[in-house]
Amino acid sequence: MGLILLSPFDLALASVLVLLLAAMSWWLHLGVGRRVLIAAARSTVQLMLVGLVLKVLFEQTHPGLVALMALFMLSVAGFEAMQRQKRRFRGPWGYGVGSVSMFVSSFGVLVLALTVVIRVEPWYQPQYLIPLLGMLLGNAMSGVAIALDSLTRGAWDARGPIEARLLAGATWEQAIASVRRDALRSGLIPIVNAMSTAGLVNLPGMMTGQILAGSPPMEAAKYQLLIMFLISAGTGLGAVLAVWIGSRHLFDERERLRLDRLKGEEA
Amino acid sequence: MGGLRLKALRTRVLEPVSLDLQAGELVLVSGPSGSGKSLLLRAIADLDPHEGQVWLDGEPRSSMAAHLWRRRVGLLPAESFWWEDRVGPHFPEDAGGPQTLPDLLGALGFGPEVLDWSVSRLSTGERQRLALARLLAQAPEVLLLDEATANLDPANRDRVESAVARYRGTHAAATLWVSHDPEQRERLTAQGGGRQLMIRDGRLEPWPWA
Repeated sequence: MGLILLSPFDLALASVLVLLLAAMSWWLHLGVGRRVLIAAARSTVQLMLVGLVLKVLFEQTHPGLVALMALFMLSVAGFEAMQRQKRRFRGPWGYGVGSVSMFVSSFGVLVLALTVVIRVEPWYQPQYLIPLLGMLLGNAMSGVAIALDSLTRGAWDARGPIEARLLAGATWEQAIASVRRDALRSGLIPIVNAMSTAGLVNLPGMMTGQILAGSPPMEAAKYQLLIMFLISAGTGLGAVLAVWIGSRHLFDERERLRLDRLKGEEA
Repeated sequence: MGGLRLKALRTRVLEPVSLDLQAGELVLVSGPSGSGKSLLLRAIADLDPHEGQVWLDGEPRSSMAAHLWRRRVGLLPAESFWWEDRVGPHFPEDAGGPQTLPDLLGALGFGPEVLDWSVSRLSTGERQRLALARLLAQAPEVLLLDEATANLDPANRDRVESAVARYRGTHAAATLWVSHDPEQRERLTAQGGGRQLMIRDGRLEPWPWA
């Protein structure tokens, strides 16, 4: 079993299917035909560009270039995580809370995996680092965004009960405890669900890729397991950090609930 | 013991407020709605950012952790909020101090079984009285009451008034009571020897005006 290379003609054949989908949308007045075409074009350009960039990166194995790529991925993930929150923090915190949590959790788990588990030499070899980081960041991004969104929204909606607890002499941590717990839980649910149904409904993307590329299924399964464990740890850690930093920033040094630090309230 | 001193307390709508309350003293505050009565009480309890300093029996607020301050300077907001399903868990474990919890509930017209009641089934008036019971069970040294009887019928209003008077007497708690009801203010000052303040043009002034 070897890798079957795709020719541009093969891709063109597949893209005809997308064109058909767009035509069908036009035919049925769904109004998404244009969006389908734009999205298809975007993914073509983005993936080709990434392929080119990775090709250059793999040939060099230069730590500076790898760091640059990693930084780029992190900043996009931070931006995306911020966009997905309805009531995000004002100012630099809106971007910072999510990005810092993702940075610490994803890079922590990544370096651990590369040096202790997979033992790549040198550890920053881009062929391992970039795809791993991508998967870690992608999942941490969802977890962190959902957890932060739930935290800020929960605090916003529960202002009365939170302040009632403060008035009853609770510390800020006691007053926010239930909102915090819900936020963490909702941030972790997607990854837990993904782990519990893995392989039953669809084969995880990475395992599929490895099998298509000719790896023995057992090897692919082992790699997939490794990745899932890393992703869960990274997402969990990221969500915990984000919720901790975020809930701390919802209160000031006098343990007052500061909803004016969130977007949406006009002071 | 609870004496309260405010110095240049600045809220969003009021001119800076300086005020001295002796231990056990009753001060009634009134003023048009939106004039900043509730904001003043929230500022004293340190719920909103503001300028100015407050002392409890000579101890500055800034020397105390915020949650300890709020335990000692108890605010009853106009609208009560609840965070557990049942009434009981809202009360502190060591509730009551000298006044035991059943006595306290009884004085406000409840039997001890109220602790098992579900919060969602309480009427507005019941919530208001239970919120006061919850606050008094915390044994605060100062009472800040925001429209404590707004939703009550006369019988329950009298219960609340006498429960507060009893607490103020036994604990020597300075009491700052916001009330929009002129009859209530007259009655309470006549009974309890308190004084009245009124907000006029953004200033807290003694009432009746000279």
